[in-house]
Amino acid sequence: MTCDPATTAEPAWRSHGTERRSTRAVRVRVCVVLVAATVLAVLLVPPLVRLDQQAVDLSSRLLPPSRSHPFGTDDLGRDLLLRCVYGLRVSLLVGVAAALTATVIGTAVGATAGALGGWADRGLMRVVDTFSSVPHLLMGIFIVAMFRPGVWPVIVSVALTHWLSTARIVRAEVLSLRARPYIDAAVSGGASRWRVTVRHLLPAVLPQAALAAVLMVPHAMWHESALSFLGLGLPTHLASLGNLIQAARGSLLAGQWWPTLFPGLLIIVPTLAVAGLAGAWRERINPRRRSELML
Amino acid sequence: MNISLPWAAMARLVGRRLLFAAPILLVVTFGVFAIAAASPFDPVKAYAGTAALGADADTLARLRENLGVDRPFTSRWWHWVTAAVTGDLGHSSVMRQPVSQVIGERLAWSTLLCAVAFAVAVSAGTVLGVLAARRPGSLLDRAVTSLAYSLEAAPVFWLALLVVWLFALRLGVLPAGGLTDTASEQVSAAQVVRHLVLPAGVLAVSQLPWFTLYVRQGVGDALVEDPVRGARARGVSERTVLLGHALRSGLLPVLTLVGSRVPELITGALLVESVFSWPGIAAATVQAATAVDFPLLAALTTLATAAVLAGNLLADLLYGLFDPRVTFDDM
Repeated sequence: MTCDPATTAEPAWRSHGTERRSTRAVRVRVCVVLVAATVLAVLLVPPLVRLDQQAVDLSSRLLPPSRSHPFGTDDLGRDLLLRCVYGLRVSLLVGVAAALTATVIGTAVGATAGALGGWADRGLMRVVDTFSSVPHLLMGIFIVAMFRPGVWPVIVSVALTHWLSTARIVRAEVLSLRARPYIDAAVSGGASRWRVTVRHLLPAVLPQAALAAVLMVPHAMWHESALSFLGLGLPTHLASLGNLIQAARGSLLAGQWWPTLFPGLLIIVPTLAVAGLAGAWRERINPRRRSELML
Repeated sequence: MNISLPWAAMARLVGRRLLFAAPILLVVTFGVFAIAAASPFDPVKAYAGTAALGADADTLARLRENLGVDRPFTSRWWHWVTAAVTGDLGHSSVMRQPVSQVIGERLAWSTLLCAVAFAVAVSAGTVLGVLAARRPGSLLDRAVTSLAYSLEAAPVFWLALLVVWLFALRLGVLPAGGLTDTASEQVSAAQVVRHLVLPAGVLAVSQLPWFTLYVRQGVGDALVEDPVRGARARGVSERTVLLGHALRSGLLPVLTLVGSRVPELITGALLVESVFSWPGIAAATVQAATAVDFPLLAALTTLATAAVLAGNLLADLLYGLFDPRVTFDDM
C-alpha cells in the first residue's frame, strides 16, 4: 500500500480522502483517453481518411453542427471537424517543435550554469532574469514582426521565450545533485568536469526536463495560436487552430458561432488533459505536495 | 491604528532596484536593436514605402545615410538610447505621430482597462477562493476549481470573441468594441463605461483562475493550521475564523505575487485590446508589429519591460510590508 497523500494529510482534507482517491483515478483515466485521442486523431486521420479538408462546397456554406457535419461548416462550405483536426495537427507539430527546442536550450543553459557555478552561473542566471522581464507574447510578436510571419520565426520565437523555466529547473536540480556522494565519488575517481556533467548529471536531470517539455507543449500551442490569431503567426495556408479562429471572425460577426467555438475547444481539451496528467504524476512522485497548482 | 512605514528602508530597496533596472533595460533595448539588425527588415524600404521600388540607387544611398542605417547597429542603438533619455523616441510610421505622443495618448486607456480588470479579478478571485476553500471537496469547491482550470486553459482571444457574439450580437446589450459609439464625436464617461464592460470583464476572467486557485490553496492550508484550530477551540465564530484568521494569513503569499503578474496582464491586454479595438498601447503594439513599425515597437517593448520590473518591485515592497519576518534590507 503506497502512502496516499489525501489520507496522510490534515483532518479537514481526510474526510474526503476515499472519495478523492477514486475521483482522481477516474480523472487520470479521462486525461489519458483525451491525450491518446488527440494524438491518434492527429496522427491517423490525415493518412487514413481520404477526405480533402480544403474541399470547398459553396452549396453547404456555414451549416450549423449536424449529423453529417458534427462541427458544422465554414464560410466556404468546408467541414469544420476535418479542418479542426488538421489545425490541431499543425498546432501540435509547431508546439512540439518549439517545446523541444526550448527544452534543449533550457537544459544546456541550466546544466552549464549548475555545473560550472561561480561567475558563469551568476552571469547565465542574469541572462535568464533579463529574458523573463520581457513579456513572452510581446517578445514573440517582436521577433515574428522583424522576421516576417512564417513557420520558423514562430517556432523560434516560442522557443526563445519558453526555455527560461526549464533552465531554472535544470540548474536547481544540478545544484542539488552536485552535493550527492556519487558525484564526489566520480570526481575523486578522476572524472573530468565534462564527463561528470554529461555522464552523471544530465541523465539524472532528464526526467525533470522531459516533464517540463511535455507541460510546455500546450503552452507553446497557446502561444502559436495567439500569434496566428493576431496575424503574426503561421501563413494562412497552414491553417492552425489560431488561424481557424482568426478566419472565423467574419462569420462570428454575422452570427455563426461554431467556426469560432470548436477550434478553441480543441486548444482547451488537450491543455487540461496534459495538466491533469502532470498533476497526478507530481502527486505520485512527491506526495507531500498534496495539491500543487498546475499553472 | 497607527502603523509607521519603514520609509528609509523602502527607499533604499527602490534605489537598489533602480540600479539593477537600468542595465536590464539597456540590455533589452540592445537586444531589440540586435534582433532588428539580424532580421531581413530594411529601415530604408520601410521608410520610403512603395517609393523605394522606383527610386535609384543614389537616392536610396542618400536616404540610408540620412537615416543612419549605414552605421553599425550598436551606434544606432546608442543614438536611440541617448535620444530616449531626453524623451525623443523617434517617429511612428503607422500612426504618423511621434512615438512619445502615441504612448501619451494611449497609455491612460490601457491603464484604465488593466486596472479595472485587475481589481475585478482580485476581488472576485478572493471571494471564490474563500468559498471554495471553506469546504474542500464540496460541490462548490469542485465547481470553482474545474471552472478555474478550464478558464486558465482557454485562450483569452477566443473567450473575447465568444463574449462579443453573446453580449453584442445575440443579446445586443453591450457594444462589440471601440471606445465610444461610432456616431459620437466626443468621449463621454457613460459611453466609456459601457464600452469598458466587455474588454475589462474578459481580461478579468483571464486573470481570475490564477488568483482564485492561489487564494483557495492559501486559505485551505491556513484552515488546517494551529492558529485556526486554536481560534475554533476558543469558540471564535466561523466568520471571524475564516475572514480574520485564515484569509489574512492565506492571502499573504498571494498579495506578494500580484506584482509579478504584470507580464500575464500585458499578454492578456495585447489580445483583448486587439479583439475589442480598444485604443490602448497594447493594440498599438499589434498594429506596429503588423506594419513593422520599428521605432514604435522598440519603445513599446522597452515600456513593457519597465512595467514588468516595476511590478516585481511592487511585489517585493508588498512582501516586505505585509510579512513581518522579512526586512527590506535583506532583499
